[in-house]
Amino acid sequence: MKTIRQSRSIDPTIDNPMQEPPQSNQSAKAIAPLEIHDLTVAYTKRPVLYGIDLEVPQGSIVGVIGPNGAGKSTLIKAVMGLLPVASGWIKVFGKPFKKAVTRVGYVPQRESVDWDFPVNALDVVLMGRYGRLGPFKRPSKADKEIAMACLEKVKMEDYAKRQISNLSGGQQQRVFLARALAQESDLYLMDEPFVGVDASTEAAIIDILRELQSQGKTLIVVHHDLTTAPEYFDRILLLNMRVVAFGKTEDVFNFENLQKAYGGRLSILSEVALTRARKKFEGDTRENVSE
Amino acid sequence: MRESFFPEFDWYTVFVQPWSEYGVNSFWIVLMGFLVSGTCGLVGCFVVLRRMALVGDAISHSLLPGITLAFLLTNSRDTLPMMLGAIVAGVATVALIEAIRYSSRIKPDAAIGIVFSSLFAVGVILITAFADKVDLDAECVLYGELGFIPLQDVAMFGGMEIGPEPAIRMAIIALIAIVLLIAFFKELLVTSFDAGLAASLGINPTRYQYGLTLFLSIVIVSSFESVGVVLVIAMIIFPGATAMLLTDRLPTTLWLATLISALYALLGFHLATWLNASIAGGMTVIAGLIFGIVWAVAPNRGLIAKFAKRAPESERIALDAA
Repeated sequence: MKTIRQSRSIDPTIDNPMQEPPQSNQSAKAIAPLEIHDLTVAYTKRPVLYGIDLEVPQGSIVGVIGPNGAGKSTLIKAVMGLLPVASGWIKVFGKPFKKAVTRVGYVPQRESVDWDFPVNALDVVLMGRYGRLGPFKRPSKADKEIAMACLEKVKMEDYAKRQISNLSGGQQQRVFLARALAQESDLYLMDEPFVGVDASTEAAIIDILRELQSQGKTLIVVHHDLTTAPEYFDRILLLNMRVVAFGKTEDVFNFENLQKAYGGRLSILSEVALTRARKKFEGDTRENVSE
Repeated sequence: MRESFFPEFDWYTVFVQPWSEYGVNSFWIVLMGFLVSGTCGLVGCFVVLRRMALVGDAISHSLLPGITLAFLLTNSRDTLPMMLGAIVAGVATVALIEAIRYSSRIKPDAAIGIVFSSLFAVGVILITAFADKVDLDAECVLYGELGFIPLQDVAMFGGMEIGPEPAIRMAIIALIAIVLLIAFFKELLVTSFDAGLAASLGINPTRYQYGLTLFLSIVIVSSFESVGVVLVIAMIIFPGATAMLLTDRLPTTLWLATLISALYALLGFHLATWLNASIAGGMTVIAGLIFGIVWAVAPNRGLIAKFAKRAPESERIALDAA
């Protein structure tokens, strides 16, 4: 009886105070932000992802890495129910996505939208609040204040009234990030947030990712830059239509796994990056390896 | 003596006489024109933003077989069967386009071309083969004619004459469009701007896509009597496209589109009066003219503004070079 009640509650604090915290901790841990079992996704019968098994622990920053066409964006879209699932299932906080929408924030690829659209930066951020408003409801003053605060967080408050095509690539990405913050979610899915942004934006984004992580949020970030991946993410998902490897960065991000994921497509440049990464991890155990 | 190509322009006969002598008639024609262009324009803003303009054109053409079949089946020209025929045709058009796109290597533009031209041809065959049975005037369906709208059919409400039936019917469609727009504004905005985000917010983009397509079919079928299936696409695209050159906000775009479409009705009516030509044609020519003017002189986005903006830059480059 007790255990059933515990496993139902997501937040341990609303549990009966009589119960011991370690057990409720256990139940909170059991509900993974994202759990995928034997997932297959196909475009017109050709599978793009198959046999995906995944359980993302709460509070992690997961980098999704793999060659072009590995199905990185497909995975994110499948989680949000944008693509039909051929087999298997996906659970977000233990529920189907549709029942957990308000707990998921999304940052799409920058080129997926029309930047000539007649909206300004604040309008875009305000869209992040729409999921919390019921049908027929308009954003309130409070929603606008939250949106403005999110813009301030990404240092874009001075551009609130600017039409979005009049922003630089980095500024556009910050607006997208502010919109995700406005969603006030627990799980964030980000599709290549670092593409085409300037160095200061990249640093600003990574600061915000770390801050979200410190608040116990979970982040899943599609990323293509192998040189920065081990530095940004504490977990890595190596994807090439299947899960090549998934786990803590230091366990997974090694030459063998990357070669499995990229095959012959590993460019010289990424091999250099790999050697660097390998040295970074192996240097701790094998001393005097450099020089 | 060489006769002028255009009839002589006379301020009195073109602008004053229609109102002083045929005031009531002119009023209903212009109002009807505005109701058509305004409703098409409002829905059209979203059609343009979602890059569905060509799909809209395809739907309007496929109405021809839709309403002809509806007429052959029911043998009546009542609104309901016509509306149903048109909606079925509209939905079938979109479904066929999507089917071709997804199950073959044919790209969307070609898929649209294939579907609408073949459906339109079916309509042409039907309307000519059963010409003796079909009481539909092909010319009227294709080009429409605001001047021939039956104004003598008066709609009654509570025992009172409230106006010609076609105008009242169009007013109801316009009202529904405005109510839907206000009710679903945020959903339409977010699904048009970013379908992926909309889905992640629990707002189903496909549902709104089909909803908009459905309503677009209804608007087109209500408008074809006035402007015809060929020119209705102009009323859908022009107001939104013109307004978007003038503003950066969606609500302002919608207001401006409505205002601009009122100009189409009024100026188009006078142009047609002057040339003794089709009012729908007149409205579309005005729409094209207004677009051309706005394109040239719009602040920030117009050709002149862009040229002016570029000048100092090239001067700077010249200075840098020096």
